[in-house]
Amino acid sequence: MAKKDYRPEDLSADPAAQQMLIRAEELGLSTAFTRAAELSPCNIGSAGMCCKLCGMGPCRLTKDGQTGICGATIDTIQARNLIRAIAAGSAAHSDHGRDMAFTLKAVANDQTEGYIIRDVAKLRRLAQFYGIPIEGRHPKEIANDLADLYIAQFGQQRGEVVLTKRAPAKRQKLWRERGVVPRGIDREVVEALHRTHIGDDQDPEHILQHAIRTALADGWGGSLIASDVSDILFGTPAPILGQANLGVLKEDMVNVVVHGHEPTLSEMIVAASQDPEIIAYAQAAGAKGVNLAGICCTANEILSRQGIPAAGNFLHQELAILTGAVEAMVVDVQCVMQALVMLAENFHTKIITTSPKVRIKGATHIEFDEHRALTVAKQILKTAIDNFQNRGKVHIPQVKETLVPGFSHEYINYMLGGSYRGSFRPLNDAIMAGRIRGVAAIVGCNNPRSKQDWLHTYVTQSLLLQDVLVVETGCGALASAKLGLMLGEAGLEKVGPGLREVCEAIGIPPVLHMGSCVDNTRILTVLTQMVEEGGLGDDINMVPAVGLAPEWMSEKALAIATYCVASGAYVIFGGASPVGGMPDRVEDSDLVLRYLSEGWERLYGGKLEFVEDADEMSRRGLEHIDKKRAALGLPAYDPKRFGRSGDARILALEALPLRERRAALYGQPSKN
Amino acid sequence: MSRYIATRAIRGANALVTEAEYMLAKALAEKGPDTPVAFPNTAYYLPVIYGMTGIAVQKLGDLKPVLRHARSLLHPLPAPRHWTPYLGETLDCGMATLLAAEAIEAIRFVYGLQPEPMPGFRLAGGTAFTSPDAGDGREATDGHLNGPIDDIQLRSWGIQLVDGRMPGFAAIVGCAKSNEVAVEIVRQLQRRNILTFLSGNVNGRSIIHQLIEEGVELGYDTYTVPFGTDTISAIYALGFATRSALTFGGLKPGQAREILLYNRERVFAFVLALGEVDDLKYAAAAGAINFGFPVIADTVIPEILPTGITRYEHVVSMPWNEIEGKDDREKAERLVQKCIEVRGVKVKVVDVPVPVPYGSAFEGEVVRKADMRVEFGGKYSRAFEYLRMVDMDEVVDGKVELVGPDFDHIPPQGHMDMGIVVEVAGRQMQKDFEPVLERQIHYFINGASGVQHIGQRDIAWIRISKAAADKGFRLEHLGKILHARFKNDFGAIVDKVQVTIYTDPEPFHYWLAKAREAYDYRNRRLADLTDEKVEEFYSCTLCQSFAPNHVCIVSPERLGLCGAYNWLDCKASFSINPTGPNQPIKLGRLLDPVKGYWEGTNEYARIGSHGAVEKVAMYSIMENPMTACGCFECIVMLIPEANGVMVVSREDPSMTPAGMTFSTLAGIAGGGLQTPGVMGVGKYYLLSPKFIAADGGFKRVVWMSSFLKETMVAELKAVAEREGDPDLIERIADERYVTTVDELLVWLEEHNHPALTMPPIF
Repeated sequence: MAKKDYRPEDLSADPAAQQMLIRAEELGLSTAFTRAAELSPCNIGSAGMCCKLCGMGPCRLTKDGQTGICGATIDTIQARNLIRAIAAGSAAHSDHGRDMAFTLKAVANDQTEGYIIRDVAKLRRLAQFYGIPIEGRHPKEIANDLADLYIAQFGQQRGEVVLTKRAPAKRQKLWRERGVVPRGIDREVVEALHRTHIGDDQDPEHILQHAIRTALADGWGGSLIASDVSDILFGTPAPILGQANLGVLKEDMVNVVVHGHEPTLSEMIVAASQDPEIIAYAQAAGAKGVNLAGICCTANEILSRQGIPAAGNFLHQELAILTGAVEAMVVDVQCVMQALVMLAENFHTKIITTSPKVRIKGATHIEFDEHRALTVAKQILKTAIDNFQNRGKVHIPQVKETLVPGFSHEYINYMLGGSYRGSFRPLNDAIMAGRIRGVAAIVGCNNPRSKQDWLHTYVTQSLLLQDVLVVETGCGALASAKLGLMLGEAGLEKVGPGLREVCEAIGIPPVLHMGSCVDNTRILTVLTQMVEEGGLGDDINMVPAVGLAPEWMSEKALAIATYCVASGAYVIFGGASPVGGMPDRVEDSDLVLRYLSEGWERLYGGKLEFVEDADEMSRRGLEHIDKKRAALGLPAYDPKRFGRSGDARILALEALPLRERRAALYGQPSKN
Repeated sequence: MSRYIATRAIRGANALVTEAEYMLAKALAEKGPDTPVAFPNTAYYLPVIYGMTGIAVQKLGDLKPVLRHARSLLHPLPAPRHWTPYLGETLDCGMATLLAAEAIEAIRFVYGLQPEPMPGFRLAGGTAFTSPDAGDGREATDGHLNGPIDDIQLRSWGIQLVDGRMPGFAAIVGCAKSNEVAVEIVRQLQRRNILTFLSGNVNGRSIIHQLIEEGVELGYDTYTVPFGTDTISAIYALGFATRSALTFGGLKPGQAREILLYNRERVFAFVLALGEVDDLKYAAAAGAINFGFPVIADTVIPEILPTGITRYEHVVSMPWNEIEGKDDREKAERLVQKCIEVRGVKVKVVDVPVPVPYGSAFEGEVVRKADMRVEFGGKYSRAFEYLRMVDMDEVVDGKVELVGPDFDHIPPQGHMDMGIVVEVAGRQMQKDFEPVLERQIHYFINGASGVQHIGQRDIAWIRISKAAADKGFRLEHLGKILHARFKNDFGAIVDKVQVTIYTDPEPFHYWLAKAREAYDYRNRRLADLTDEKVEEFYSCTLCQSFAPNHVCIVSPERLGLCGAYNWLDCKASFSINPTGPNQPIKLGRLLDPVKGYWEGTNEYARIGSHGAVEKVAMYSIMENPMTACGCFECIVMLIPEANGVMVVSREDPSMTPAGMTFSTLAGIAGGGLQTPGVMGVGKYYLLSPKFIAADGGFKRVVWMSSFLKETMVAELKAVAEREGDPDLIERIADERYVTTVDELLVWLEEHNHPALTMPPIF
């Protein structure tokens, strides 16, 4: 490989990652970090100005007024490229949701091994919402009906995807008026592909209208199904202690890293790893036991529910292997780099693919099947344990941080009032009073085109100091976790005065971990419940909130951005737009870029913008929040008004000697 | 919460639930699971448990699932570092504390330990019209603290809570800095008519001890109710709150969330923690916060200022030493002000220039003979009061004149004749409002601490205590009170007020004669004022803040069910506040003169009840009867076997032939529901010719609480005459002789009651 001088601290903000990058350099191994530095992106493709949809092309348009061979203009090409990415992202999330729905159906009919219905309350609540009878019925009967309903959403041809009814009433009405209510999840994806075939839909605004519908089929369809069913089968997350970063790998145990997205397999591996048979098997191999750790959104799934440590986010997948301590990396779907296999060849690590949809040349394939889930999970673990004896020298960076994940919208409702008074009232009150200036959802991937975790955590920390409550999912969440922002202590130390009062009153971290990237629907549900609680307008676009994905890279992220915009959110993406054009060189090549902002805002009250500078991201986010506050007639943000409450005074007094303490706390007792 | 409070509250909750479990196990072993468990005179069992869980605890054994539930609400303490959230968990622990506390008090009742014994203590108990000496020697009020509030008292306070006379309640827990401070705090609350519940202690000393030592009267009559000297007894305050929601809000047991939200929205209560706050107090406070009741402490505790569970701040610390003020009184005033601000209580304080404390909380205060300086009226002298309207230029606003000597020359515990003449003028004033205003004199004068007023017109009876006289209270102060209150409360119709007090015999007798002419005129006018002679009735939605779907329709011959508002009152109220709770209802077309249907009344019932009620019959109990909130004075209920109705007074706790006590019946009659055969009414409606006229009228009454017979002897006699059967009242059974249907039928046969020969009632 070409030798360039990389400074690890320029590639990642994470000290564990920096150590492993040094290790990679020592071993002369490439990673996504170094490959990104060496491989320049195509400037035409990254501006969205290249069309390769038919055999007449590819057509690279770089001049004013230039069109493709078929006559397609730049904006048409960009809109088509974008909708294809959104369709792919939608397809990925939704296919995940489909698998979950099928698993639910199988569980309901006793056709699986090892699964049970863990959250009967959520099952009943959802079933009731859809009008499925619940009284006097066994959870499995209800689950069967719900699974049928959910499965039907994918192939439904007409009408409305039933999950869209969970949006605020005003928003549903708007979608109907704009003609973007998804009819069936698969249908919208198929239609997106059809419309972008050569010689079809060639009106950019019309294409982008369908992009909205395709994304809604994800956010208020497939993704929501995935989260719902995961909660029903594996439990709705509630706060739990967890750890994050490569330091969670253990020298004296068999390390199995689960990586990918779907919880069906990983949950079963969690169960199998605690099986006495497996523990004994590991001990026989000379290890203390099996240590599970997650990467990417699989990490988020089992971290939120079981407190299983996260070894890291997307860009940590190669770094974990570089420790030499991983016996097996078990992967399923999405965001799994092909590079893993080549890298693993330098170590004893086995890459085990498990999804019937995903194989990687050179990897071990042990196909997962929910009908014999526990058996497969044990087989995978035994394969890993058998590999323990092949382990060579290990380099585990001693870097890890504790976090408290598990903030499902159900728990947020509970934490704000308990079993009897749970509601979003205290959150809305805090925003209305100005203790919380607004809410930011900071989500998304890692992208080696920028320093890992840096943009993400920089923006997060800036907003915290401005009393913005932050909710996070996916790889972004793990970035904050690694920095200790997901601890109650951060709520006392790393925030503005008003947010501090709220964090202290509830006992929450200032950054709430809400799950994996498919769980961005939880954020929409939170926004919906805030709207329904009252005081913050009657639709999502009125809430002082902003969405950011500073380090996005996947097509799923584009689908998420689009369904959030369609739901009324202002979404800021880091980096350059994939359809940004070259406005300084080619006239009107930024029509689509501008339409995503101004056009969509006019139609949906939300907009998508791309901002490269971290300070500018915070600035625009705050500006938007303040604009929404003003529109609601809320008092302007003024941190000086808050910060008086809390434990500080009494804790200081309690440190005094007994006599002085009594006098200070209660005054001198009188003698009458 | 804060982590500090969460830690202490969760610890307190765990301890109390464990204690309750231990006590229950012991009681089950010693007394057995079938031992009855109850609070006195309530239809709501153990009210917090009943409201929150729907479990009607009647036996010791019923407490087992309650405590199981309480335990399931407990959580571990927050970790010292890397904690998980604790707010919801702490609130749940608070609820567990309440359930456990109520269970403990119930078990204590089984052992005779509640109400808490307090030798030598006497409650200022009884109802608002207790005669001055009735408290003497009554065992029911002696030797113990109050314990839980009974349903009778709850209902009689209901109307005051809804019309704002009683703006809210304070639950004081602990012990004040000194006796003087305790008195000042309570006086400040009383001045604002805030109902005050007392409980708890600090190192064994309770504010109750402090107030008793200072000779402050405690009990229903003074709005200052001593629950018990431990924190656990504070549960009675939340039992009161829960029952408010069940009684007036029409909520059902088990609707925990709705009951709690009802309290947050409508019941203006707060907790005032005096002195050191221990784990149990934190735990109980967490329970109170579930109800939306904030906590204010006079010591250093962590403040919780973000809002949400409560309407404003959750926990506020106002250390006594840091309160600005030149003396205890000013500090107490600031502290109470803060409490009011934090809960958002709407308080209207009228500054009445008299040398004694003044407020509705003193309305029920009794001046006993031994404590009396002088009395006017009663057995040995005569007093009257007369209010009349005159022309504007005949009144000098604010003039108070005493014609004749003051009482300085009267020996202690002596008496003299005295007449009060109030002359008012105002552009909106009408002659019809004279009696409405005159009746207020009773409440206004009673508001002065150490002054007691009973009766009205020429049977008024006023006592002034030695304490009040020693502070300089003289006759002119009666005038000052009346001027201040009339101007404040009725400023919309009264522009000028002048008061003259006569003790000189000559003008006294002259004005007494004039007053009697006026009384006579008013009686005739009132008798003349029938439903047929007016074109509009009045709505009364005063209690909709409490009972959202109930609406009273008040006609000249049917007063409001609370007994507090008749047609003239409503008319005056409408003049005072044209957008207020009393609106004229244009009768429109008469649809049925017998049952009492008009187009206007039906339409109003539909709108006013938000569609809950379609029609209202003004004169029938059997068809579309009027609904009730919870403040009714009596319940009228069909006894099918007797072909008549019974009338139960809210003062009557005994069993009725319907097999239910008043409290239980009230659950059927209240909450804005229309239930044929059951109706809550004001007791004076019984005397009206329109009383269930469509169903046969007063002759249908086959059973009536003896309390009613005794308190309305003359009025009932007149009704009997009107009905053409002078012995009718004697033919009506009461609880002294009859408590079952079988006994009732025998009684009616023996006494030849007319209902037996009337046409079938349905």
